Amino acid sequence: MKILVCISNVPDTTTKITFTDNNTQFNSNGVQFIINPYDEIALARAIELTEGDKGTVTVINVGEANTEATIRKALAIGATDAVRINAKPHDALFVANQIAEYVKQNPFDLVLTGRESIDYNGSKVAGMLGELLGLPSVSIIKKIELDGNSATIEREIEGGKEVLNVPLPVVAGTAEGVAEPKIPNMRGIMSARTKPLVIVDPVDVQLTSGIVSYETPAPRGQVTLIPADDAAKLVDLLHTEARVI
Amino acid sequence: MPVLLYAESADGLFKKSIFETASYARAVADQNNTSLTAISIGDVGTDELALLGKYGADKVLNVSNAKLKNFVNQAYASVIAEAAKNENADIVVLSNSFSGRGLAPRIGVKLSAGVIDGAVSLPDQKDGKFIVKKTAFSGKAFAITELTSANKVIALTPNTYKLVEKNAPGSVQDFSPEISEADFTATIKEIIRSAEKVSLPDAEIVVSAGRGIKGPENWSMIEELADLLGAATACSKPVSDAGWRPHSEHVGQTGIAVSPNLYIAIGISGAIQHLAGISASKVIVVINKDPEAPFFKVADYGIVGDAFEVVPKLIEAVKQHKAIA
Ligand SMILES: Cc1cc2nc3c(=O)[nH]c(=O)nc-3n(C[C@H](O)[C@H](O)[C@H](O)COP(=O)(O)OP(=O)(O)OC[C@H]3O[C@@H](n4cnc5c(N)ncnc54)[C@H](O)[C@@H]3O)c2cc1C
Ligand SMILES: Nc1ncnc2c1ncn2[C@@H]1O[C@H](COP(=O)(O)O)[C@@H](O)[C@H]1O
Repeated sequence: MKILVCISNVPDTTTKITFTDNNTQFNSNGVQFIINPYDEIALARAIELTEGDKGTVTVINVGEANTEATIRKALAIGATDAVRINAKPHDALFVANQIAEYVKQNPFDLVLTGRESIDYNGSKVAGMLGELLGLPSVSIIKKIELDGNSATIEREIEGGKEVLNVPLPVVAGTAEGVAEPKIPNMRGIMSARTKPLVIVDPVDVQLTSGIVSYETPAPRGQVTLIPADDAAKLVDLLHTEARVI
Repeated sequence: MPVLLYAESADGLFKKSIFETASYARAVADQNNTSLTAISIGDVGTDELALLGKYGADKVLNVSNAKLKNFVNQAYASVIAEAAKNENADIVVLSNSFSGRGLAPRIGVKLSAGVIDGAVSLPDQKDGKFIVKKTAFSGKAFAITELTSANKVIALTPNTYKLVEKNAPGSVQDFSPEISEADFTATIKEIIRSAEKVSLPDAEIVVSAGRGIKGPENWSMIEELADLLGAATACSKPVSDAGWRPHSEHVGQTGIAVSPNLYIAIGISGAIQHLAGISASKVIVVINKDPEAPFFKVADYGIVGDAFEVVPKLIEAVKQHKAIA
């Protein structure tokens, strides 16, 4: 069983997001970068699925040299080896094309991504990878079990969930609940330094999108406080002022 | 070149978010002086299909192939891309629902189209450009994104575009796409409908509660309030981690992102990871006994008080309001 986990390098969840150059550039100054939390869940599940010499887990990242700390962390958590495609991750289609190219040369039984990256929240890479590779893709999965040549996957749908049986190889985007994130132990941290990390050159991709600028949401006005014993006042304001009920 | 709308249905019906998406797609078509074609896949009756005309569809392609009764990501993407090619459509619009998020990237690749997920604005098409605002950084910012490809796919965030009635013809035609067996490798074993009455991602009102509610046995008042308001129920992460509520109700950075008109947060502190999932809400009400709770900083209305006293009073007040209204 060969599993590929796609990891993106994102600002820590508690980071205050700011921009520079007239709101055209993300300000990475002083920002702590982490493995995208959903990718950490995917990695944890991949490690569980290959426990006991049942296979290997490769992590792949499309990024420049500054993502290596994140890649090493994934190796410390328990990935077997790592690949970094040496390019700025321009957008989801660019990233998916790079990973697809690698997978065409180096096939895997299962490709896991996170349900979305917490920076651009696209939920796009999994579906694009599936399409580029001619494989089924399942997004927002809540559970995955392997049995022989197929996977049983639970995915979220509006107002419920769906259980699918999909032959391998498949691309799946993991959400919380699939596994508990793993914390690297001392042995993992030591061995991470010597595990293989291959650096691959990117392929040319026709770009289809670009970010022109950023906006931050308008700050909300002051909160209107209502006395605890006057719930009727709240209902009245929600009806007449906010017009939401 | 018309705009193509994918009108997603569930149990033969369209949700309100699909009519919002239709209204949006109609506006995009108007911007380009073109027509709007909708495509529906599955078992949808003629009366329901006609509703797409009400929200602006000039023509409705109806695909009612038994093989396509249930959603299969790959197959649906093929059908929609084929329809786009047949119609010569260069813009495809769909809802950023769970299925939409699975479809948009696949359709994008098939049509060599740039994809905007989670759109929150109409395209700005000044100077021959095509620029759309989308959510980013888990609700902490928006990315104003330009699509530079000839074909374009836009997935619209629910509750961000209002319904606009247009009364276009909405004439229904059957459409029989090519079906490739290769698209049906995934088989559906089971569909489990959750017991919740209003689905959380497209709810207009959400009543959400956190650790301040102390235990699952106290949720009946939360459910009663939600019932009265026609709202979906939600919770903070520790609440679902503890098993007090199902994981499908967990809102936030690692859970579901919601964008309702009204979000009522009861006994939730307002941690940044929770706020990431709710900041797109139009109006936020916070009920918390701690006046220093960070949630008050992002709230529009707040009550400082004990939820076990305030919520029952609020339930009474809503009942009174409904009795008068
Ligand atoms: C990587 C990461 C991801 C995370 N993702 C999420 C996420 O997606 N969603 C999420 O919710 N959290 C998430 N968290 C957790 C988050 O940081 C907070 O711990 C969590 O949101 C707190 O939940 P809470 O507000 O219910 O509980 P608490 O922080 O314990 O707050 C309880 C609140 O209830 C109030 N209260 C107590 N009793 C009463 C009463 N009788 N009446 C009224 N008010 C009362 C208290 O004043 C307090 O403000 C994440 C954390 C990390 C590290
Ligand atoms: N630069 C990247 N390198 C590797 N994988 C990525 C990268 N960006 C996104 N991904 C993967 O794609 C998933 C979804 O990302 P997105 O489509 O951007 O929301 C993430 O959870 C990752 O698993």
